[in-house]
Parts: sequence; structure tokens; C-alpha cells
Amino acid sequence: MRIFDPHIHMTSRTTDDYQRMHAAGIRAVVEPSFWLGQPRTSLGSFCDYFDSLLGWEPFRASQYGIAHHATIGLNPKEANDARCREVLDVLPRYLAKDRVVAVGELGYDSMTPEEDAVFAAQLELAAEHELPALVHTPHRDKLAGTRRTLDVVSESALEPGAVLVDHLNEMTVGVVAESGAWMGFSVYPDTKMDEHRMVEILRRFGLDRMIVNSAADWGNSDPLKTVRVAEAMLAAGYTDDDVDRVLWRNPVEFFAQSGRLELPDTEAPELVGAGATFMGNSVLRGARD
Amino acid sequence: MSASTTDDALAQVASDPDSVERHFAAAARVAAREGRDGDAAREALLLALPGRAAEVVTRLTHLYAHGDAAERRAVLLALPALDAPDRSSPIADAALPIVRDALRTNDTRLVTAAVGPYAAAHLDDDAWRQAVLKVLFTGIPVENVAGLAERADGELARMVGDYAAEREAAGRVVPPDARTVLALARSQHPPVTRPARAD
Ligand SMILES: [Zn+2]
Repeated sequence: MRIFDPHIHMTSRTTDDYQRMHAAGIRAVVEPSFWLGQPRTSLGSFCDYFDSLLGWEPFRASQYGIAHHATIGLNPKEANDARCREVLDVLPRYLAKDRVVAVGELGYDSMTPEEDAVFAAQLELAAEHELPALVHTPHRDKLAGTRRTLDVVSESALEPGAVLVDHLNEMTVGVVAESGAWMGFSVYPDTKMDEHRMVEILRRFGLDRMIVNSAADWGNSDPLKTVRVAEAMLAAGYTDDDVDRVLWRNPVEFFAQSGRLELPDTEAPELVGAGATFMGNSVLRGARD
Repeated sequence: MSASTTDDALAQVASDPDSVERHFAAAARVAAREGRDGDAAREALLLALPGRAAEVVTRLTHLYAHGDAAERRAVLLALPALDAPDRSSPIADAALPIVRDALRTNDTRLVTAAVGPYAAAHLDDDAWRQAVLKVLFTGIPVENVAGLAERADGELARMVGDYAAEREAAGRVVPPDARTVLALARSQHPPVTRPARAD
């Protein structure tokens, strides 16, 4: 079983997690840039964070046999702080980098005019850089926020198929399914979504454009939730191929729109540990280009 | 936005050096589509930069500071070519701050790229010995250190000897690479025998 976790904040996780993830079959991740809990107050701290998502974190992941990619963007919470707006000016530099597979995560927090402006500007940047966009839905006022998100997307230059709308639940999945955008589900130990509800949603809406992630971060979360969903799917009668589709091929298809995925050859025998660092050949550069 | 081919990018950088930032970021993807090597494409872009050494080093420093890990590594790998004596204006030791930055990281890809022929030619003795020690500590194969036989000296032998003794005292294995460096440093330059005190 090979698993791609398309939304996980590895910066907040330990190397023990990388080890457990690899042992459970996780071979590739996407780490969206986001809020760090402690608000940032200057451009420099954003740049250091983005640099670590493109430098230290992929290095750390590679030592455990996991391919690491990032999405880069100004998150909606900090879009409301005038001191963070300068981030928009440096984004083009980051959106040109290898392994940046989308702009994100974008979307709404409190649905302010500032969030509107920053969201629309970044969808524009995504179109210019030929990148898809990862958009989350707000925690509060979720259905209205999801509708407003889809309106902004439909007014942008991006096709719905180039947008992944994340953190969906039973209330919000329907409008996104109709829009043609990809549907993302964050499976958490308590809130948002659990693996059994997830399987029920797959049963109702099918496997098309369906993407599952752990969204693990510095809060109460579990980096193996993708694996739990795979197990729940098998227990509910789905086939190995169905599991591979939802937990590998779907996220690969979405992020391959960037032309910048660097996936391991999941068929080949792999090198893990110190040796892998020096053997670049376990990664197929630009395989999806 | 990005050049369609590596050759287009090289021509643009030669006439408009400001374009190097975006070409350098996209170079590995463009090269992969052409079946070319990404590191070699990035080196060619740097060699295409017009201007005297000071100007070239300013651009290198900027590319390194704004680069992802692969771009930083490519800058480090290109330093010997940019310093080649047949260049009209070799960079000499002006790019050493980049090497020092890479040696402060814990990313073994960057440390490996930093201990090449450019460091062997320009890095001062103290920093160079610390770099060799870091190579041993981080498990980078020691054959990546350029000029090891020429630069290994008595002080390096002492440092690696202490490192080996510390490992042995802790009941840990002394890596074969440490023994290799030790043998090399001792054979090149026998340890300095301290003069007996006069009093
Ligand atoms: Zn997130």
C-alpha cells in the first residue's frame, strides 16, 4: 500500500513521525505553508519559513524515504495583518521553485475585505505561474464560507479542476462536487472528519476528485490518519485499487498539474537511511512533466 | 515565463543578467525535459553571467540566499568553474561567505557540495579542518573532501585522533573514514613533538 498525504505540516512533527509514516506506507507528502500558532510580524520570518519548506524539511523527509513537496502562500489569518502583506511581493520568487506544487493554503478565516483581496490576488498568481491552488474552508460559518470561496474561484482565471477545496464535511461536500473542484477531507482524531464518516462520503459521492489528508500539525492530530482511512475503506469492501486511487493516484493527478512532483519509484526497491541521501536515483525527477 | 529551453535561458542571461534569478530557479525542470543534467545547466547559467568577478559574486550571493536547497547546492558546485584560471576574471576567494554558510548547515547535501575544490583552494586552515570534522560527524563519505591528502596536517591528525578516542571511550565504533583521515594526516605530516620544557 502506497500513500500520498497531500496536506500535512511536517515542520511541527518529529522524526519519529517520519519513521512511523514510512513504515505505514506513506511515500510522498505535500506540506502547505500556513499559520504557525504564534503570529509572525515581519517579512523575514515568512521567508525563513518558506526557505525551510524548500530546504531543511525536504532534506529531513528524504532521510526517511519520503518525498516532500510544498505549497506556498499567505494564509488568511495573517492576511489580516498589514505587516504581513509584503509577503505578496516575494511570492513570485517562491512560486518559481521546484517542488512548489501549488499556491496555498488560501481561503477565508473571518471573511474580511483584506482576506478577499489577498485570496483573489493569490489565485491570480497561481494562474500566472501555471500552478493549481489549495484552498481551505473556514472553521466558522463553514457553508457560507465554502460558497463564497467557490464564487471567488469561479471569478478567477483558474479552472475548477485546478483547485482543491479542503477541510470539507457532510455539509460542504455537495456544493464543491457540483463546482468541478477537487474535494479534500482532513481526517482528525476528534473534529472535522473521521475515517468512518469519510468512507460514508466516498460511498455517497464516489471516488472521483476525492482527496484525503491528515492535516497533521502542532495541534491534536495524527499523521497516520490517511492509513486509517485506507484500512476503513478495505473493511467496508473497497478494493486495493480503490484505495490506491484515493490515497495515491488522485492527489498525484491533482498536484501533477504543477509539473513539479518528484515522486519515488514506488515499484523499485528503495534505499532508506543515510545511504538514500547520497543516492539521488531513488527519486524520479520531473517524472510527471 | 520561464525559458522554453536551456539554450534560450543561457542566451538571455548573457544579454540580461537580471533574468538569471528566474532561469536559475526553473533550470532543473527545463533541463529534465531536454534530458540534460540540472546541475550542469545551472553551472552553465552562472558561467554565462557577464561582468567582472565582483559583479558575478554579488549575483551568486543573491542566488544562493534566495535559493532552495538544490539551487544552493548548484551554486556551491559551480564555484571551482567560476574560479578557473582561464576565466577572464576568476572569482578567487570572494565567494567564501557562501561556503561558510553551507558549512554551518546540517544539510549533508550542502556540506558535501561545500567541501569541494573551491574550499580546498581558499578556505583557511581552521575552517577547513572544522569542515573535515563535520564531514566525519555527519557521515558524509570522506572521498567528497577535495584536496584531503594535500591539506591534512598535524592539527587535523590531533583533532581526528581526539574524536576517535572519544568514540572508543564511549564504546562506540570509530568510523573507517575517521581512520582513513587519521592515517592520511599522520603520514603527510607527523604530529608535532612538543619541545621539552626548559625548567
Ligand atoms: Zn493546514
